[in-house]
Parts: sequence; C-alpha cells; structure tokens
Amino acid sequence: MTGASDIVTFDNVGLRYGSEREVLSNVSFTLYPGSFYFLTGASGAGKTSLLRLLYLAQRPSRGAIRMFGEDIITMPRARLPGFRRRLGVVFQDFRLIPHLSAYDNVALPLRISGVAESEISKPVADMLEWVGLTHRAEARPASLSGGEQQRVAIARAVIGRPELLVADEPTGNVDPDMALKLLRLFEALNRLGTTIVVATHDVHLLRKVPDSLIMRLDRGTLSDPTGALRYPPRPAPSEEAGA
Amino acid sequence: MRSWRTHLPGPRADALLPQARLAGPMPWVIAIMVTLTVIAVAGGLALSNIVQQARSDLAGGLTVQIVNADPVGRARDAESARRALVTDPAVRSVRAIPQAEIEALLEPWLGDHVGEQGVPVPAMIDVRLNRDASPEQLAHLRASLAPIAPSARIDAQSSWLRPVFSAIVSLRLAALLLVILLAASGAAAVVLAVRSALGANRDTIEIVHLLGGNDRQIARLFQRSVGVDALLGGLAGLALGSGAVLLLGRRFGELQSGLVSGGGLSLSDWIVIASVPLIGLALALVTARVTVLRGLGRVL
Repeated sequence: MTGASDIVTFDNVGLRYGSEREVLSNVSFTLYPGSFYFLTGASGAGKTSLLRLLYLAQRPSRGAIRMFGEDIITMPRARLPGFRRRLGVVFQDFRLIPHLSAYDNVALPLRISGVAESEISKPVADMLEWVGLTHRAEARPASLSGGEQQRVAIARAVIGRPELLVADEPTGNVDPDMALKLLRLFEALNRLGTTIVVATHDVHLLRKVPDSLIMRLDRGTLSDPTGALRYPPRPAPSEEAGA
Repeated sequence: MRSWRTHLPGPRADALLPQARLAGPMPWVIAIMVTLTVIAVAGGLALSNIVQQARSDLAGGLTVQIVNADPVGRARDAESARRALVTDPAVRSVRAIPQAEIEALLEPWLGDHVGEQGVPVPAMIDVRLNRDASPEQLAHLRASLAPIAPSARIDAQSSWLRPVFSAIVSLRLAALLLVILLAASGAAAVVLAVRSALGANRDTIEIVHLLGGNDRQIARLFQRSVGVDALLGGLAGLALGSGAVLLLGRRFGELQSGLVSGGGLSLSDWIVIASVPLIGLALALVTARVTVLRGLGRVL
C-alpha cells in the first residue's frame, strides 16, 4: 500500500468523537518526503482533527494509517514515542509548559530524546536567536506575547530536525513580517528534506510557497485541488523513471 | 543516532513537575508512618530479644523440689537426689539452693523466718543440663530419682514461662502486622499523592507524550519527586522514632525486671531500625512507578 519513500498514507480514514457524526470521513492521501503541503478549510472543517491523527494524538475510528512505512493503527502503544520523536508539532494553542522558561520549552524535545545537557545549549540558543527571542530566553510563557509564544512553539517543533513537521495555524498570532520569516524557516527545513504540513485558513499564505501542494477539507471530506493527493498513491519518481 | 534514554537528563528536567515540597503533606505523612514503623520494629525486636534471652537462660534448666513435710526426710531425700544428679551424664551442674535463699524468695508472700514458723518449705535443687530439657530427659530423671527420693518433683524451668512466651510471640506478631499495615498505609498515601499529581500535571504530561516522551521517562520524574519527599520524611521519622525508642528503653530499663532487661537492642537491631526509611524509600519509589505507569497506560 505505502511505498518505501512515503512518509504518511491515510486510507479511508474516519474519525468520530463518541457517538457524534464523523468529523472526518473517508480521508485518503499520501504525503511524500520533502513535500510542502497546506491544509486549508473553513473553521470546523476538521483540520485540527486531521492534524491530531498526523501527530499521533488520536487513533482513527476506522481506516488505515501508515507512517514511516509502519502501520500506526495496530502498533503497540509503547512504540509510539519513537515515532513522535520523528515529528515536529506546532499546536494551535502553542501548548508551552507554563512553568518552564522559553529556553527550557525549546530544549524539551532534545532532553526527551536524551541529548546530553552540554549539547543542548548551542542549538537552543541558535533557535531562539533565529526566532528573535534570545533576550526572552528565561521568560515564562505567561510573560510572553501571543506572537512570542508562537515563535517559541515553532522553535520547539523544529529544533529536533523532524522528518515531518505538522503546524496548526502557525502564523495566526504573528505580524506579516514574522509570518513570512516563519514561512521561510519552514521552507528552509523543507529544503533539508523535512515534509511540511501547515494548516491555515489564510489564503494569502498559500501563494507565498510556490511549490506547495494544497489539501482542502470541507466538512470532514478531503478534496485535492492541485491533484497532489491522488489515491492510490502515484508512483515514486524513481519508479516512474523505471517504468 | 541519539541514545534512547529512559530518563530526562539534567537537573532542569526536575522542573517539569512543579513542586511544593515540604509545603505539601507527603513528607509529613511519610515521617509519621516511618516514626510509627520504627517504634513497631523496635518493639518487635525487643520482644524477640526477651524471648531469646529467657529461652537460652531457661532452656537447660530444671528445678527439683523435695516436697516432704518432715524436715529430716526432706533433707535426706534432697541429699540423695543431689548425689544421683551429680553422677548423671546428662547433667552439667547441680546446686542445692540454701534454705536462706528460698526463704528470701518467699519473704514477700509469707513474711520473715518462714522456716521458724513451722511452714513446710520444700527443698530445692537447681539443675543445669548439657542440652535442652526434653520430655524424654525429664522422664529419665524422674525415673532415676523416684526410688531414692520419692518426694522429688522435677519441672523444666521453661515450662513455667510458656504462657509468657506465648503472649510475647503474639505481641511480636502484632508488631509485624502493624509494620505491614503501616507499609500498606504509606503505599496508599503515595498512590493518592501520585494520582493527584498526575491529574494536576495532565497537560504537561500530554505535551511530553506528544513530543516523544515515554511512560518510563514520565514515571522517573514522579519517582524523583516522591523519592526526595520519602527520603526527607523517612529521615525525620527515623529521628523521631529512634528518640521515642530510646526514651521507652530507658523507662523499661528502670523497671530492673529480669525478663524485661533481656529486651535491649543490639547493634544489628539498630541497623535493622535504620533501614526502615530506606525500605520506605524503595517502597515509595516502586509504588510511584507502578501508579504512574498504570495511570498513563490508559492514555494514548
């Protein structure tokens, strides 16, 4: 079903909470390595639910999901952390740990991965400098503005060089200049091989990344305006060349 | 490839769980539990020592009473019995208890100069055997004394204290039961505290999970926190409990009772008592770990 080079494949995935109607229905798509995806849709279309499935916060009610070549649905719970470490997540509500400083929030993924303390300070400092928060390194989230919190959340998501970055409205709370800067960071990561999925309702943002692919959710159903999500998955480039 | 560690490294990892150490009840609850456990353990050890000491004192001891109202016949039987006992290979030593000593023992109940008042006081012989006084040994001695000292009655000294030993053994079991109950109560307190902390830190735990943290890493955070509380509480409890034991020991020592004086605590007993907070610490760590892992097992 999933090619060796595919990052994620959803096959007829459905999700419902309790006995409510499905918030996602028959969602099928494949994410390829090194691609840049925008996930769009109106509020309540199911973007956040889809992202929750992508960053392994939720199991679907039905269907199949493969990630990094393995079946996520039947995977034992104990193996999920190893997969989550290959992801970077920017939450819509930032989800910074309130009693930790900006520095410690950004350092958290490295500490979880077991990186030695002596090897943490430089990448964290670099990342804080990149998002323009060096002077706020010791500040707690409560004393940061919404935009600053968002930048800390993004720094935390990308510091571990994830293979798949999932961002839920990452530019929602920053000014246009910072939004563009963050988008350039995502593009730079993308060029390094990270697959990016950005959920946004900002249509202007879509035009800022020319090579991006668009996934559109409408009341839980996925459409494919750019033809990027053809399913069954299109052959990988090497397979196409060999055919 | 990065190492797959089971703990979050560095002192700053502790900050993931905000603490209100010493302001919270955990160290105090553990201190009280350890205090009571130390007293119970010390009591149990003291009772064991009493039983052991008394048993070793009395194990090979026999008392031969010559119950004869006629003073002449009594003296004759006593002498015959003494001679027979001295030559018996099972007997280590024989001591005829002087009349004055017997009268001194009876003085609190019968007053001065019992013999002069015409009260027939039995002659007594204290016998020490080479081994413990078994029923067969007693039967053999009774059979050998019967023809030469018909008024002789032989009793194992340990049999007199059998009801006391039995009561002490019951008290020792009660002390053991108390220790088990206190350990269970302490573990229950840890379970409640950890569950409460799990609830209070639910958001933080979820974020750590979503960033790739595993249950064992989160459990280690709780174990560190509970471990510090248990260590502080345990040391305080050990100090309080040891103080109470020393005070009680002094009080009992003042009784100058032969039986109670055998209940002193040895160095090895104090080592056992000192290990109570360490055992409490281990119990708290295991309980915290199991509670966290079971609690987290219910979430994705």
